[in-house]
Amino acid sequence: MPQFAIIGVSILFDGLAYAMFLFITSVGLSVTMGLMGFVNLAHGAFAMAGGYIVVALTRNLGIGFVPSLFIAAVLVGLISVVFERGLYRRLYKSTDLEQVLLTIGLAFMAIATATYFFGPIPKSVPLPTWLQGDINLGFRAFPTYRAFLIIVGLVLISVLWYGFEKTNIGAKIRAAVDNRRMAESVGINVDLLFTLTFALGSALAALGGGLAIQLFGLSPSFAVLYLVLFLIVVAVGGLGSLKGTLLAALVIGVIDTAGKYLYAEAGGFFIYAITVIVLLIKPAGFYGRE
Amino acid sequence: MAVNNPPTAVTPPRDTAAIALRERAAEYLVRRHRFRWPEALPWIACIAVFFLFPDRLTFGSQVLVMVLFALSLDLILGYAGIVTLGHAAFFGLGAYTVGLGAAKLGWTEPVSGLFAAFFVASLGGFLSGYFLLRYRGLTLLMLTLATAIMLQEAGNLRSDLTGGYDGVPGLVFDPLLGRFEYDLYGHTNYIYALVVLAVVFFFVRRIVYSPFGQALTGIRENVRRMHAIGSPVHWRLVTVYTIAAGIAGIAGALFTQTNAYVTLTVFEFENSAKVMVMLILGGTGRLYGAFLGAAVYMIMEDYFSKLSPTFWQFGIGLLLVLAVLFARRGVLGVFEQVGDYFAKKKGTKS
Repeated sequence: MPQFAIIGVSILFDGLAYAMFLFITSVGLSVTMGLMGFVNLAHGAFAMAGGYIVVALTRNLGIGFVPSLFIAAVLVGLISVVFERGLYRRLYKSTDLEQVLLTIGLAFMAIATATYFFGPIPKSVPLPTWLQGDINLGFRAFPTYRAFLIIVGLVLISVLWYGFEKTNIGAKIRAAVDNRRMAESVGINVDLLFTLTFALGSALAALGGGLAIQLFGLSPSFAVLYLVLFLIVVAVGGLGSLKGTLLAALVIGVIDTAGKYLYAEAGGFFIYAITVIVLLIKPAGFYGRE
Repeated sequence: MAVNNPPTAVTPPRDTAAIALRERAAEYLVRRHRFRWPEALPWIACIAVFFLFPDRLTFGSQVLVMVLFALSLDLILGYAGIVTLGHAAFFGLGAYTVGLGAAKLGWTEPVSGLFAAFFVASLGGFLSGYFLLRYRGLTLLMLTLATAIMLQEAGNLRSDLTGGYDGVPGLVFDPLLGRFEYDLYGHTNYIYALVVLAVVFFFVRRIVYSPFGQALTGIRENVRRMHAIGSPVHWRLVTVYTIAAGIAGIAGALFTQTNAYVTLTVFEFENSAKVMVMLILGGTGRLYGAFLGAAVYMIMEDYFSKLSPTFWQFGIGLLLVLAVLFARRGVLGVFEQVGDYFAKKKGTKS
């Protein structure tokens, strides 16, 4: 196989795995922002919390990696309801600025708490044997873990797509994103719907955080470091759009990976350039409502 | 007088009404622009610090730099209501104009360096503002954030030129005005920063109380109405964004000159977030909030982060949450509320 083809396949494979992480973590943020227009800069903190719960469960309690992911997702989903009911709810009608400040304050507190309990050094997580090693396809070996990540991502995409497009509750969410007042006036309980999606979104973020440990390592700065990427995916994809978030995650994931393979010195320059270009042309993102 | 003047006699009531209205508006602006005695307090405090803490003036000039930076943000956030997550971009542009100017071009004269930084940063502000200020909400947040990070990444890409995260090496500046040498305790730097701050402050104060400043407040409060009365909203925003960017550039230049070093971290999101936090804690849209916020933040950071950086980070997060929930107008807002409370009490007693 020629060299450029191998590099191309590698970029696609790694980019796809990266895109799945971005999608899983960002999709909840996109839907909650679309529903309430709430700028939640603490979303990365929920992802980080999920990651640390997975670390604690696997390292301290000896629970397997995959069950830990589930427990972390459920726990963070439940905790997020407390935050939503107790804090976020008060600020739905506030300005962007106040939402930004509240949630960035929460993110700072989360980072400090994580540093206090786990220290600033990046953590890793013990993987079961079936997720270690590589899958050899003849011309190149692919890490099993990334293949696993891609499969998890694809499964979640199908489940979310089905839930969003084919079920009653999905229809209600879409209606509320489109026009909240109208949805409320036909009797949809948007408040309850929001709490539900918020919990689900945070649970998915926690899952993404747990899955990311093997890719990037987990340190307390995770909460802010990757937040910018989640926000970019949400803004580029368009608020409240599943399709848009997926497309944006793919574009950002593959381009970032390609940039790192081909022109590592430029760092993250390309994704920010792409973000600016897309938002200048389509300010509401790929599938956002103008 | 309108009665003796036939040409204007056709619509005299309207004319006189309009003139009276205009006079009242002018009088209002002049009245607001008048100095009140509490305004001297921060300046007296700044001068007092010079004599009371002669060994802490290096830190003092850092506080003054941040006050200037917060002041520039107040102009766009507090008055025009533009929420940006990338204000550090202009601070960084100013900082690197002076840094690279000194290191690569041998431009080591400090005061003209400030003008150069103002020029470069305001050019950056004009270019980005012209394109970005058409957007609002999340889109604007992301665009401003991405602009700042792109500058940082571009700087890292040309680390042969900028020194990357290690910083621009070997910065030496000429004595101030060709006469005053920089001393170890930062006395010269402190006075230098204070004078620059004072000059810029009165320039900003003048803008804020001008009709242009009133228009900005109008845009912040109700964009649609400003459009409806025919105010050129976009150009007003671009103008103030350009000015604020230039001032942030001056702050960045002062930062480089007083520290004699600069690294790419000046472009970081943390820097943008920090200055916003300072301003919010002090109180937005009232000029002196920048003083109080930056001073309180820097002093607390200096004190608590020595004790425990983790504790400090948790504390600042908690402070932000509490500020949003209970003190939305910052420390100065709390003072005002307390003042109003006592004024009311007095009123009911008499």
